[in-house]
Amino acid sequence: MPRKVQVQTKINGEEVEFLCEPRQSLLEALRDIVGLTGSKEGCNDGNCGACTVLFDGRIVTSCLVLAVEAEGKQITTIEGIAMGNELHPIQQCFLEGAALQCGVCTPGIIVAAKALLDQDSNPSEEKIRLWLANNLCRCTGYDKIVRSVQAAAERMQEAR
Amino acid sequence: MSTQNYEPNMVLSTTEFDVIGTRPVRHDGADKVTGRALYGADIELSGLIHGAILRSPHAHARIKSVDTSEAEAHPAVRAVVTSADLADAGDQMVDLGEGAMPLKFLRGNVLASGKALYRGHAIAAVAATSLHDAQEALKLIKVEYEVLPATLTAPDAMRDGAPILHEDLKTTELGKPTDKVSNVSNHFQHVKGDIEAGFAEADLVIEREFNTATVHQGYIEPHNTTVLWNNDGRVQIWCSSQGSFTIRDTTAAILEMPVSQVKVTPMEIGGGFGGKIPVYLEPVAAVLSKKSGHPVKIVMSRADEFEATGPTPGSRIKVKMGVRNDGKMVAAQAWMAYEAGAYPGAMVVPGSMCVFAAYDIENILIDGFDVVVNKPSTAAYRAPGATNAAFTTETIVDEMAEKLGIDPLELRLKNAATKGTRRADGPKYPRIGCVEVLEAMKNHPHYNAPLEGPNRGRGVAIGFWFNVGLPSSCSMSVNADGTVMLIEGSPDIGGTRTSLAMQAAEVLGIAVGDVRPTVADTDSVGFTAVTGGSRVTFATGIAVIKAARDVRDQMSQRVARIWGVKEEDVEFEKGVFTSNNGTKNSITFKELAKQLSSSGGPIVGRAAINPPGVGGSFSGNIADVEVDPETGKVTILRFTAFQDAGKAVHPSYVEGQMQGGSVQGIGWALNEEYFMNPEGKMMNSSLLDYRMPTSLDLPMIDTVIIEVPNPGHPYGVRGVGEANIIPPPAALANAVYHAVGVRMDRLPMNPVAVMEAIWEKEDVPA
Amino acid sequence: MPTVFIPGSMRELSAGQAEIQVQGSTVREIISELDESHPGIKDWLVEDNRLKPNISVAVDGVVSPVGLLQDVEQDSEVHFVAAISGGCLGGMLAAV
Repeated sequence: MPRKVQVQTKINGEEVEFLCEPRQSLLEALRDIVGLTGSKEGCNDGNCGACTVLFDGRIVTSCLVLAVEAEGKQITTIEGIAMGNELHPIQQCFLEGAALQCGVCTPGIIVAAKALLDQDSNPSEEKIRLWLANNLCRCTGYDKIVRSVQAAAERMQEAR
Repeated sequence: MSTQNYEPNMVLSTTEFDVIGTRPVRHDGADKVTGRALYGADIELSGLIHGAILRSPHAHARIKSVDTSEAEAHPAVRAVVTSADLADAGDQMVDLGEGAMPLKFLRGNVLASGKALYRGHAIAAVAATSLHDAQEALKLIKVEYEVLPATLTAPDAMRDGAPILHEDLKTTELGKPTDKVSNVSNHFQHVKGDIEAGFAEADLVIEREFNTATVHQGYIEPHNTTVLWNNDGRVQIWCSSQGSFTIRDTTAAILEMPVSQVKVTPMEIGGGFGGKIPVYLEPVAAVLSKKSGHPVKIVMSRADEFEATGPTPGSRIKVKMGVRNDGKMVAAQAWMAYEAGAYPGAMVVPGSMCVFAAYDIENILIDGFDVVVNKPSTAAYRAPGATNAAFTTETIVDEMAEKLGIDPLELRLKNAATKGTRRADGPKYPRIGCVEVLEAMKNHPHYNAPLEGPNRGRGVAIGFWFNVGLPSSCSMSVNADGTVMLIEGSPDIGGTRTSLAMQAAEVLGIAVGDVRPTVADTDSVGFTAVTGGSRVTFATGIAVIKAARDVRDQMSQRVARIWGVKEEDVEFEKGVFTSNNGTKNSITFKELAKQLSSSGGPIVGRAAINPPGVGGSFSGNIADVEVDPETGKVTILRFTAFQDAGKAVHPSYVEGQMQGGSVQGIGWALNEEYFMNPEGKMMNSSLLDYRMPTSLDLPMIDTVIIEVPNPGHPYGVRGVGEANIIPPPAALANAVYHAVGVRMDRLPMNPVAVMEAIWEKEDVPA
Repeated sequence: MPTVFIPGSMRELSAGQAEIQVQGSTVREIISELDESHPGIKDWLVEDNRLKPNISVAVDGVVSPVGLLQDVEQDSEVHFVAAISGGCLGGMLAAV
């Protein structure tokens, strides 16, 4: 077996150091080594989006990133979206808008939606649908997800 | 949308309540938006090792030998199992509390013995200290196969000389066992009236043949299980299944142990839609755990999901319907062959019960065939069997309407099933909402909005599903601060903790936030059947109402004792107990809760039921599409879903069911399909190539909830989880016809299928 | 007297009759009575003192969860139908 590699990275704003095998994905490292199980594995080949995290602010599917690539990067996972004890407006709007059913795609979708709203505070419906197109949801038909992202955008603008 | 004041989500309420009908935040919501909710694969146990399963590369092959010695010698491997480690099932049946199943089929699907019946059939399993090591060790197992010819579709498997899957499977012909060894496990009929006389009376007869592809439920969370065979012989299972008790009972049967020796703890479940009812992994992981002395976790890959878990049947269906010039349907005949996959049990029985279920037709003949083929054993998928069936009937009804010059909704209304209509399989309908759904569709702004532009068309369709009741148990304890703990056994797949807590809160006159629901393990709650058949909010709901009434009645007794009045003099309304013996006493539920320990001790309510009175649900769609005549691509411009909910307990989650079911139906209609090569290998077993709808493929899905109360539930609830998937394929096929003039007779209606239909119409060689 | 509807597959036991009026106040009594006049019907429907697992009885259009124990009124309609299970497995194996 190849020797393990030491990785220093920043996850949700905190310095984290871990040992991983070179073949392990970032998703495996997050879930099995660091213990952050909020990112989910739905396909392990980059097609479902349930493992979506922010990698230096960019949306990636963490199953397609090697854990060693996290060296020196900033990673944001679903566990880093809420602000302390307070839910992020996207999370709050998802609850009020019933934008989840089984909830397993929800972490990835909220992370992707946050990346979108950080970049565009007032996205069109079309743009929301485009940005979330790599996040499969099989329960909701996306309607309430799109509406909840719209509601969160409005709420965040009001708060400014 | 140009219409002013248009409401995209409407509820046509007939009755109002205090809690039921409101839209509270779900109890498990915060956990699920922060990543804290623990799904099956998230569990970590001391000493946990990882399992992986070797699967057949052939669709049909005799297993001549399995040599696991090299895998066993791998330094990281802790255990290896093959079918030799499971006891022979003989002819036993397993009673799962909701129907029985031959044990040999359940066991044979868990680990193949003798023959591999589909590509992906489990052959052996390995547990190792890491998943990567387990996967490496699988490559060290040597299996010698004798490859056999495969049969992949119902029509092929039914022909004389087709490869036979089970040498001991004999056809049951119209209820009678025969000696004929074939792939047809069952041929049955429903007969009503006189079919010949019916067609003789018809002025217009339409007959068509339809083919629908195998599709998958496509839940995002793969199957997973973690099993510990403890040193005391007890088997503990953590998994995400639709039925904890089904997992418990099936695993116990396969392992030949009393059910009390198996405990299943339901983790959060990431979707199921019927696909997470069968048992695949638990017995295998249990034996790996027994052999290794470690808890073992197995998580399926996405390719395993497609190749080895239940898709829903592909089908060939021939339908012939006769109608008089005045629009009265007089005869309907169907020949339905569904692919069961490797073991008998295609969803053709419910399909046959739904194919003409929406209409009052005097003369009906239905022939159903349950056919085994070399594909994965099929499982339920949201109104199983009904979507295939309604695709055929509803496109023919559209053609009838066109040829008779009658509005398609008017034609349906003229023939709509209603209370007292006799179904093809015999019984008469109780109160149902078919007419109300059709009226709501006819009156909706969408139906009356102009649709202009070339290659655009509007289609409508309706669907019916029975729903089920089945057993549920729960208990409810009152805390001293007046909050209530609700312990129930229905895995929560889409917000049912809250739809159940709301029913308790309604009875007790307290806030829904004061009821704390917990989905308990199989040691901690009485038997509760699967989360399936749209049953939880209905059936477990009735159990919850009954337990809450039990709490209320015990509380009334305390009030009577405290006040020194007779129990019948205590009244209860909206959370307040009053005495009507002239003393004008009153005490709230919360105030009384403080006095429980000093007035006799804690109060626990309970209920265990198997309710009659399940209410079937009708659904309908209006769909506008644009077809690209150059590529055949169908774009949905506008889509409205209608459904009779009886009473919508939490309207947001009812809308969610309608929207989600609609979109699954849209995927089934336009894209989803198992592409099989001639050898029976699925060529698109990834979520890139098995193309489920993304957010970018869809418009908003508008909804109209119709409420025709179900007399079988105290608040009128009907299950709403399933009927919504039924109409989309037919509604879209009808819309495609009205856009470009081709009648689609196969699913999916992908660009190739649409172009071929257009070329055929234009007489262009494909 | 309650009316029992005989499914097509059972009609060779009922000499082709589609409907039979039978005495009885429970489904169990009705099946016993039917079996007297049309031997074989009980074996067709009942196993181990209960309805076979894939068969349900519907009385006046309502599928009964208690099977043989279900009460029947004098003007009731009794149908034997395929059991629809929670979505899978055994209930889907056979039609009556």
